Amino acid sequence: MTYEILGITVLWLFLYGYLIVGSIDFGAGFFHFYNKISRKNYQVNKLIQRYLSPVWEVTNVFLVFFFVGIVGFFPDTAYYYGTALLVPGSISIVLIAIRGSYYAFNTYGSKDSRVYSFLYGMSGLLIPASFTIVLTISEGDYLDVSKDRVTLLLRELLTSTYSWSVVVLAVVSVLYISAAFLTYYSYKAGDTASHQVFRRYTLFWAGPTILASLLIFYTISRHNPEHFRSMLDISWVFILSFLFFLGAVLLVYRKQRLGLAFVLVMFQFFSAWFGYGASHLPYLLYPHLTMYDGFVNETMAAALIAAFIAGLLLLIPSLVLLMRLFLFDADYVRGNK
Amino acid sequence: MFLEYDAAVFSRMLTGLTLGFHIIFATIGVGVPLMIAFAEWMGIRKNDEHYRLLARRWARGFVVTVAVGVVTGTSIGLQLNLLWPNFMQLAGQTISLPLFMEVFAFFFEAIFFGIYLYTWDRFKSRTRHLLLMIPIVIGASFSAFFITSVNSFMNAPRGFELTNGVITDINPLAAMFNPAAPTKTAHVLVTCYLTSAFVLGMIGAVKMLKGDRHVYHKKALQLTMTAAFVFSIGTVGIGDLSGKYLAEYQPEKLAAGEWHFQTQTEAPLVVGGVLTEDNEVQYALEVPYALSILAHGTPSAEVIGLEEFPKENRPPLIVHYFFDSMVTIGIYLAFVPLLYLFLRWKKPDWMHHKVLLSGIAVGGPLSILATELGWVYAEVGRQPWILHGIMRTPEGATTSSHVDAMLYLFLGLYAVLGISSAVVLRKMFKNNPVAHELESRGIDRRGGSS
Repeated sequence: MTYEILGITVLWLFLYGYLIVGSIDFGAGFFHFYNKISRKNYQVNKLIQRYLSPVWEVTNVFLVFFFVGIVGFFPDTAYYYGTALLVPGSISIVLIAIRGSYYAFNTYGSKDSRVYSFLYGMSGLLIPASFTIVLTISEGDYLDVSKDRVTLLLRELLTSTYSWSVVVLAVVSVLYISAAFLTYYSYKAGDTASHQVFRRYTLFWAGPTILASLLIFYTISRHNPEHFRSMLDISWVFILSFLFFLGAVLLVYRKQRLGLAFVLVMFQFFSAWFGYGASHLPYLLYPHLTMYDGFVNETMAAALIAAFIAGLLLLIPSLVLLMRLFLFDADYVRGNK
Repeated sequence: MFLEYDAAVFSRMLTGLTLGFHIIFATIGVGVPLMIAFAEWMGIRKNDEHYRLLARRWARGFVVTVAVGVVTGTSIGLQLNLLWPNFMQLAGQTISLPLFMEVFAFFFEAIFFGIYLYTWDRFKSRTRHLLLMIPIVIGASFSAFFITSVNSFMNAPRGFELTNGVITDINPLAAMFNPAAPTKTAHVLVTCYLTSAFVLGMIGAVKMLKGDRHVYHKKALQLTMTAAFVFSIGTVGIGDLSGKYLAEYQPEKLAAGEWHFQTQTEAPLVVGGVLTEDNEVQYALEVPYALSILAHGTPSAEVIGLEEFPKENRPPLIVHYFFDSMVTIGIYLAFVPLLYLFLRWKKPDWMHHKVLLSGIAVGGPLSILATELGWVYAEVGRQPWILHGIMRTPEGATTSSHVDAMLYLFLGLYAVLGISSAVVLRKMFKNNPVAHELESRGIDRRGGSS
């Protein structure tokens, strides 16, 4: 395995981590707000808070890790994406800032506020949508690259069916992943009422998720046929993803083995995410930048990978501790601690 | 606005705005964990619930500041790429290691902070809960260390060769441990601790000024001022070393800060004053030999003047005001805890005198102001370079034509965040005053000595 492949795999893995943890977090924020305004099931909201509070900071780090890492391994991405993404990137930053701050203000402040809950619930739903712009423009045709300037073609981006189908997929996946996790979590907490709510949400969002994925296949085949062909070459990955999806939905429907159901959801997105990523290679930005022409020099790559391994040795035990204390501690989940 | 659009100028303003806002929360984020750890440790060692409550209440307020620190830190991390893509393309080759490790350190801190907050009464052994503080303090301080080493690289780029615009011979460790790194990182860390001690001390002082003479606040003052005393000694010592570093490696920054125009031996230090249009210094206090001592440790040493540098490489002379104000506040921050400890030793009746309490209270905002001033001096003082001697600031900037709109967007965002966090913090502690919490936790009844 070359350094380039190793580097991009590591980064992709972290982005996958963000996708899962972030989705649970964003979706939960939205459900929290939704349940609050519809004034039902206050128990649900307590449950959401119990899960979210100890982990909210961790979620953000997955993201920071990705964008620091990508500039580290592929400094040229800073040039292309940095220049083009000033406006959409800044909007994402503002959304993240609002969400993170108001989450904390609402949770740790003196009282639960409706406005704060609205701010973090809604911004959470917009963040994934705003991030998809990066994925969209990586497919090419949305940037004007001249000799000393990179400009985002905003009109093309906003009128493209491909970019909108990515947005739709992002939003519905967030709600689906989050609902699937909370279905399991509420079950473990023995909270029947919440469990039923989230089970309904999961089944409800499952349909749109798969429809949106199909829409992506269709729009990408028209937008970037080369990428679509590489996707077809590894079509087994996507078929596998679909099977995981069926398994997860079936288990939730039958109210069986909900932990496994959530793991299947994770597998579903894992295979789709890596299938998408692998078929995108070697391009980081089609067709201007491949992972080979923008790679950091080898000494630095080795140092980064060494730091990465050392970091993981520190992080994995800590994360396990965090999970054991909160996620998988039955007493905590039930609210006895 | 009245400014003609220039992407580099607006990029500088926006970066300055974001960092200026971020460092308020970042400084607290680095220093307060250490103070919380001290308080909890004292609580366990002396078996005194007042100190444990102090730690608990500080931690509760700290969460709110951490949240803003995290999100503004994310902002600046992304903005570096968005506003300075050309700089990041070059620097990414050399400093991604410390940037990467900074994130790891923060990750580590974030995990344990989550655990710490939710396990106050979960462990049987109180020491175990205190032990969680160790990774938090380490994570906070190391993330400050790594990010400051990135900044010191910009002041003293090392660890690579540049031939015809192509970077070769990269040595990540040499880039990270550049000559500016030791003084810069040490100065940042110790002033973060000092500032945090003062900000927390301020809370106790204000409460006492308002007439709440509870022993809880007295203990808070004693703890914070003792810590502030130690950190202020560190600050003065490292500040002196920083001056010597500048004289050696970045003499133009020192010369601009001191309005030292001609190279000379036995150089005097210019304190205060104003500069006329033809660079005449007026109304200033000149301390003989002091600049030579500051720069090289001996009164007879030669100090390089600003005239040795071509005009286009000179930093703006306005930095003198920042430097002087920072140093003045620094001296004030050293004097106040010294006075407190002296009175405690010799005249305990006076140690909670209104004048001293006001002095401590004022020290809180002043210490944050000094952080800002010192940071502006360090950053503006290395202009016109973004990478000292290698890349000029405008060359590193974006070419986008929307930076001005983004500046206003972020100005609005930070105003909203700043106001909200102040409101939230105020409400949190107003709705749950110390006396109330002492009682509801049964601390005073259990006889935490008063």
